[in-house]
Amino acid sequence: MCLGIPGEVIELHPDQPDLAKVDVSGVRRLINIGLLADDPPVPGEWVLIHVGFALSKIDEHEAAAAMQFLEGIGQAYDDEIAALKESLIE
Amino acid sequence: MTVDHDHQPGWIGEALAEHDQLETEGRTQLPLADREQQVLDRIDRARRRRPRVREERVTMSHGSGGKATHTLIEAIFLDAFRNPLLEPLEDAAQLAVGGARIALTTDSYVVSPLFFPGGNIGDLAVNGTVNDLSVAGARPLYLSAGFILEEGFPVADLARVVEAMRDAAAAAGVQVVTGDTKVVQKGKADGCYINTAGVGLIERDGALGVARARPGDAIIVSGPIGDHGITIMLARGELDIEADICSDTAPLNGLVAGLLDAVPGVRAMRDATRGGVATILNEIAKAADVGVLVSEDAIPVRAEVRGASELLGIDPMYVACEGRLVAVVPGEEADRAVAALRAHPLGEQAAVIGRVRAEQPGIVQLKTAFGGTRIVDLLVGDPLPRIC
Amino acid sequence: MRFVDEFRDAEKAHALAAKIAALCEPGRQYKLMEVCGGHTHTIYKHGLEDYLPESITLVHGPGCPVCVIPMGRVDDAIHLASQPDVIMTSFGDMMRVPGSGGSFFDANAEGTNIRMVYSPLDSLKIARQNPDKQVVFMAIGFETTAPSTAMTMLRAAAEGLPNFSVFCNHVTIIPAIKAILDSPDLRLDGFIGPGHVSTVIGCRPYEFIARDYGKPVVVAGFEPLDILQSIYMLMVQLSQGRSEVENQYARVVPWDGNLVALRAIGETMELRPYFEWRGLGFISHSALQVREKYAAMDAERLFQVPGVRVADPKACQCGEVLKGVLKPWECKVFGTACTPETPIGTCMVSPEGACAAYYNFGRMNRNRVAEAEVARS
Repeated sequence: MCLGIPGEVIELHPDQPDLAKVDVSGVRRLINIGLLADDPPVPGEWVLIHVGFALSKIDEHEAAAAMQFLEGIGQAYDDEIAALKESLIE
Repeated sequence: MTVDHDHQPGWIGEALAEHDQLETEGRTQLPLADREQQVLDRIDRARRRRPRVREERVTMSHGSGGKATHTLIEAIFLDAFRNPLLEPLEDAAQLAVGGARIALTTDSYVVSPLFFPGGNIGDLAVNGTVNDLSVAGARPLYLSAGFILEEGFPVADLARVVEAMRDAAAAAGVQVVTGDTKVVQKGKADGCYINTAGVGLIERDGALGVARARPGDAIIVSGPIGDHGITIMLARGELDIEADICSDTAPLNGLVAGLLDAVPGVRAMRDATRGGVATILNEIAKAADVGVLVSEDAIPVRAEVRGASELLGIDPMYVACEGRLVAVVPGEEADRAVAALRAHPLGEQAAVIGRVRAEQPGIVQLKTAFGGTRIVDLLVGDPLPRIC
Repeated sequence: MRFVDEFRDAEKAHALAAKIAALCEPGRQYKLMEVCGGHTHTIYKHGLEDYLPESITLVHGPGCPVCVIPMGRVDDAIHLASQPDVIMTSFGDMMRVPGSGGSFFDANAEGTNIRMVYSPLDSLKIARQNPDKQVVFMAIGFETTAPSTAMTMLRAAAEGLPNFSVFCNHVTIIPAIKAILDSPDLRLDGFIGPGHVSTVIGCRPYEFIARDYGKPVVVAGFEPLDILQSIYMLMVQLSQGRSEVENQYARVVPWDGNLVALRAIGETMELRPYFEWRGLGFISHSALQVREKYAAMDAERLFQVPGVRVADPKACQCGEVLKGVLKPWECKVFGTACTPETPIGTCMVSPEGACAAYYNFGRMNRNRVAEAEVARS
C-alpha cells in the first residue's frame, strides 16, 4: 500500500489536463496528475506514482544531494579502508 | 454487540499446546537468538507435516501454482491416486511400456485473453506440452487436443487458434493425433479451453528429476524471466499499460537436445510456467531437501518486465514464462551448459543464477542486489490469475 | 531504473553500515521503530538487517493499513459485496484478509463479485461499463491513498456517475504513532518516519514526537539505502543528544506536504469520532468517513452495514505485533497455525504485514555483515 514508483512524464493528455502518460523503465501508463494541480509536471520531469496518481514531483536537486551524501560516505569509507590496510603493513 | 468467533480447529490448539509445552520446559527463557532458532525449527517441522486442504471450496489461489495449488495436489489428488509413478510430481510421468521408456504429460489451457502479443492459446497448448516432455528428457512425438468451446465462440477465432497449433506443432516436430470437442452453454468456458496431453520417447540414459539436485550443483535459467505473465496482464487491458513486451511461448525441445548433448549429466530441468522461477527453486529445495542460494544480480529480466513489475508491486521471480527452462547441472559443468544453451537462439541470455547447497535445506534464499539475504518462499496465490 | 537503482547500491551500504556501527555506544541497546509497513517490507526484502550491528533492533510498527482493519469491517465489506447487483472493487492486498467467514477470495467462491483493481479510478471505468450494477470501492490506506480516493470521488461527482460509491476505511497515522508512544510496553529510541504518507501530510505533524516525547524522527524513503541513511541520521541525533524531525526523503517529500491532496481529502471526507483498530482498540479521530455532502457516494449510507464487532480469534496476537511489543516469531501461532496460506490474523496476510515480511523473507539463520566482512578480509 505504500507502493510508490518513480516515473518520467512523457506527454500530457491533449484533451484532459489532469492526465499524463508516464514511462517506468520502458512501460508506459496514463496516470492522473490532478494532485499536482498547483504545480503541474511537464514532460521530462519525474513524479512518484501511487495507485494511478502522481503524489509528488521528484526533486532532481534533492536526489542529487542525497546521492552526493552517499557517495561522500563511500569515498570516506574507501579512504579509511585504504588507510587501515596500509597500516597493517608493518 | 460483540461476536466471539473462535477459529479453534485442531491445528490452532496444537500450536498453542506446543508453545505452552516449551514454556513449561523453561525453554522460552533462553537467549533471544536461540529462542528465534527454536521457533524456526518448530516452523520447519510444521511445514513438513502432511498437507491438508482447509477450505471448503476451491478458490482462485488453488489455481496459481503456489502453495495452495501444491497443498491441493498433495492432499486431494496425490492422496487419492497415490502410486510410485505419480509421486515424483514432475512435469511428466516417466513410464516403462513394453521395452520402451516413454514420458506422458497433460496440461489444460485457460488463458484469458485468448489472443495476445506473441501468440494465442493455441501456441501455449502445443508448446506447453512439448516443453513438459522435453524437460523430462523425452523426444516429444504425439499430442492429443481436447477443446471445450463456449456457445457463441466465433469459428474464425477457433480457426486462428487451430492454425497456430498447426504451426507450433510443425515447428516442434510433433503431430496432433487425436482429439475431442465439446460445446458448453454461453457463459461457460470463456470462449475456449484446451487440454493437450503429450507422449514422448526417452532415448537417453540417466534419470532426470529435481530430487537429484546435490550441494554444489549450479542452477541455470535459459533466458529473461517473466515475459509471458506480464504480457498477459497487460493484454487484459484493465491496467492501461503499454509496453513492448510479448509472450516468450516457444518449443524448447531443440534447446534441450543441445543441452543434453553437451552435458549428459544434467540432473533436472523444469519449464518455468505458472508460479515462475521462484516456484521451481522451491520445488528443487523441497524434493532434494537441499538449500538453494540465488543471486538477484544474476537473474536476467527485461527492463520493461521489471518496470511493469515494480509498478504493480509484483516480483518477476513469480511471474510465468512459457519458453524458459530452469536446469540443475553439476557445478563443474555449469560453463559448458551455459555455452550450449547460448548456442541456441532461444537460449541467448542463459545464465547461472545460483547454487544448490547443504545449508538450510528446503529453503530458497536470495542474495539481493543490495547485498543482504532474504528468503524466496512459495506464494500462496498469484496476483495474475489465468496466466496459461 | 532511475531513482531506484542508485539507492540499492551495495558499496554505499557497506560504508553506511560502518558509520552506523561506529556511532553505537558500547553496551547500549537501540530500538528504532519503522512505522510504515512499506519500510518493514523493504527491510526484509533486501536483507537490510544484515547490515546493522547487534545493538540496533528494528521494531515493526502499525503502519500497515490492511493489518489494522478489524475483522468486523471485512465482514461488513463482504456483506456489501453480497448485495444484489453489487460489484466491489478492491486493491489486491485485501483479497486474502480473513473475515469471520472467510476472505474476499472465499466470498467470490461463494458468489460475490469482488474485483481486484490497481487504482480507484479503475472502479469508475467498471461503473461506466456496468450501468445496471452498483460499484462499491473498498477504500483502504493511510493518508497516502486517501487523496486518490478523494480525487476519484470528485471525478465521479463531476461526471454525475450514479452507480459508484466508497466503503471508506482510510485511517490516519498520527493517532497510531501516539498510541505507540503512550504505550507502557514499549521503550523506543527513535522513529524511521513514514515516507509516502509524508508526501501528503508533510513533516510538521511529527514535531510533537521530538518536542514532547524527546524522540528523533527521520522521514525515510523506501529504497534500502534510504532506510540505512535514515538509521544513520537517527544515530547521529542520538549520539548528539538531539531530538528533531529530519527529512531523508527530501527528493519526494515536501516539508509542507501536498495542499491539493489535503484539500481534496477535506472536501470529500471528515474524521470519524472514533474507529476500532485491530490490536490497538478504539482510537478517537483516527479514521475518515465520507462527508454528508457526498452521501450519495457513501456505501455506509446507501446500504445497511451490519457493523458487528468481531473479536479477534483468541490465538491471534496481531495487536502486540502491530505495537512492536512482540516480534513476529514470538507470536504463539506464528508459522505453525498462522501462515500465509492459513492466516489467522492480518499481519500474516498483508504484503506489508510484519509477520508476512518475516515469514516470506526473513525466516532464516541470520548472517551479520560483520561476519561476512571478517570472512572477506
